[in-house]
Amino acid sequence: MNYKKLALAALLAVCGTLAATAAFAAGADLGNAQKQETNWHAIVMFVIFVGITLGITYWAAKKNKTAADFYAAGGGITGFQNGLAIAGDYMSAASFLGISALVYGSGFDGLIFSVGWLVGWPIILFLIAERLRNLGKYTFADVASYRLAQGPVRIFSATGALIVVIFYLIGQMVGAGQLIKLLFGLDYLMAVIVVGALMMVYVTFGGMTATTWVQIIKACMLLGGATFIALGVLSNFGFSFEALFTKAVEVHPKKGAIMAPGSLVTNPVDAISLGLTLMFGTAGLPHILMRFFTVPNAKEARKSVFYATGFIGYFYILTFIIGFGAITMVLTNPEYIITAGKLDLKGGNNMAAVWLAHAIGGNLFLGFISAVAFATILAVVSGLTLAGASAISHDLYASVFARGRSTEGTEVMVSKFASLGLGVIAVILGVIFEKQNVAFIVALTFSIAASATFPVLVMSMFSKSLTTRGAVIGGYIGLVGSVGCVILSKVVWVSSFGFKDPIFPFVYPTLFTMPAAFLACYVFSIMDNSERGQKERAAYPAQAIRSETGLGAEGAAAH
Amino acid sequence: MKQAQHCQVTHDKITANPKFQELVKKRTAFSWTLSVVMLAIYFGFILLIAYGKSFLGQSLSGGVTTVGFPIGVGVILSAIALTGIYVRRANTEFDELNRQILEEAR
Repeated sequence: MNYKKLALAALLAVCGTLAATAAFAAGADLGNAQKQETNWHAIVMFVIFVGITLGITYWAAKKNKTAADFYAAGGGITGFQNGLAIAGDYMSAASFLGISALVYGSGFDGLIFSVGWLVGWPIILFLIAERLRNLGKYTFADVASYRLAQGPVRIFSATGALIVVIFYLIGQMVGAGQLIKLLFGLDYLMAVIVVGALMMVYVTFGGMTATTWVQIIKACMLLGGATFIALGVLSNFGFSFEALFTKAVEVHPKKGAIMAPGSLVTNPVDAISLGLTLMFGTAGLPHILMRFFTVPNAKEARKSVFYATGFIGYFYILTFIIGFGAITMVLTNPEYIITAGKLDLKGGNNMAAVWLAHAIGGNLFLGFISAVAFATILAVVSGLTLAGASAISHDLYASVFARGRSTEGTEVMVSKFASLGLGVIAVILGVIFEKQNVAFIVALTFSIAASATFPVLVMSMFSKSLTTRGAVIGGYIGLVGSVGCVILSKVVWVSSFGFKDPIFPFVYPTLFTMPAAFLACYVFSIMDNSERGQKERAAYPAQAIRSETGLGAEGAAAH
Repeated sequence: MKQAQHCQVTHDKITANPKFQELVKKRTAFSWTLSVVMLAIYFGFILLIAYGKSFLGQSLSGGVTTVGFPIGVGVILSAIALTGIYVRRANTEFDELNRQILEEAR
């Protein structure tokens, strides 16, 4: 354990973000990259993307008048548009480059993560989406605190949301820094500042409208680019998967092993806990939940999940083809690999998809894919920043600090300053974390979402016995438990802090912390005989009517 | 106050409407059933990966393609299909029932 790590841990604790300096081999981080030659094609295409999105931001800024416009794009996004935007919010550069790299490195195992990241969506649809839309206005805390005490529930929700947002932002920032070295041949610091500055502009001036359109454009670019690569691969093999796989097995150093599950999942407890984390974590991410308030009604909310699931599932199938394409077309080309017969790619294995784009479409297409990868980060960070800013302005400021006495104007103003603040924090943390292993972030953020946010949200919708006391105690048990277990697990305790053995033996805590949170929510609610608790239980039938029928929800996001 | 009373009347009407009970019962049953199906498919896949490596690794039809691939892609497609099934029924049958309930509560 060295001083630098100690100092970093202390700094984080000061930041109030529960120092969690860990590393977890999720297979979807971007690692440390080598700076490459300056890539002008990529830079020009990225500048075009930025130009278009700034134009949209200008248009959105003129349209933005009310709080509903700022937080929820006035509720005027259609199901199809929202489906694309959700996909744009969810498909990160790490999943595009990381999963195709995972498939490139070990074949079949790559599927395990893609599948896990997809199967949360049906659950969101079946249990959450329409109820969320019917009960909430701008943030998921609106729903959790619908009939409970505003203060404690919103403070809990905002705490969970902000920890998730800040760590997710760190991951994206570090990813952006590594990508810019790799793809554009520019400096790490420049990437972090460019991303921070642009996201502040999008969110502060354009609010949810601009954020949504940035996500839609990015989703189209990413899906289009990935489709083109996949078609390029398949046409090379006469559109025969058997031919593609035969060649892959022939040239890959692991031979036939790439066609079966390998060592990624061995311990069944870890496997199930990983599954729960990926599945239910998606259903508790604040920036994802926020997207459901941008559509006019429950019907469109449902449609958005169907389209989003379709786009995301299609995208994961593409990354799989891309990974195998990289085995057959990149691994065999001495231009891209360091030593013949070995997997190591120039610039690191996350370059698999990028080098494949070069093999298929030359420098110009490589530039396009690089620009898309960078644009992807911008779309994700904008969504995150808006979610974090809303937690600060709508939940903490308007409902807790001003106790509902603030005006819409001041609330939006607070939100804009919060976006700027989050942007600055993200840039600073992005610089601090440059040399750190950020792979733990997936485990941390998804575990919090699955163990703290998701249980409280589901209980608030489905349990008539839930009271404020139960929700808050259960929620904090899930929050503290998941953060604590991730810190004590191998990825932080051993990899970052340098201890010999982990105290928590598994990688993901969700198998234990999620049921604990549900149980605590329930037990402490039924034990709650306070007057407040009884009033809250008595308010459930009215909530259920609105939740089921949408009665009273039509005017929620008034235009 | 008047608003609150009006609200209470509407709520009582809705609660008393057998269609509301029907909607809640049907939709709850449908959404939990589909959730359980999704959970079963996904955790079945995870357990196969943990315990059935040799099964997933065997050749599908004599070639290099293994049984694991159609199963993995099948899980992805099943997620899309299940959301489609839910949206279809919810946007027609349930929404119609919902519309009637709100109409009758006026």
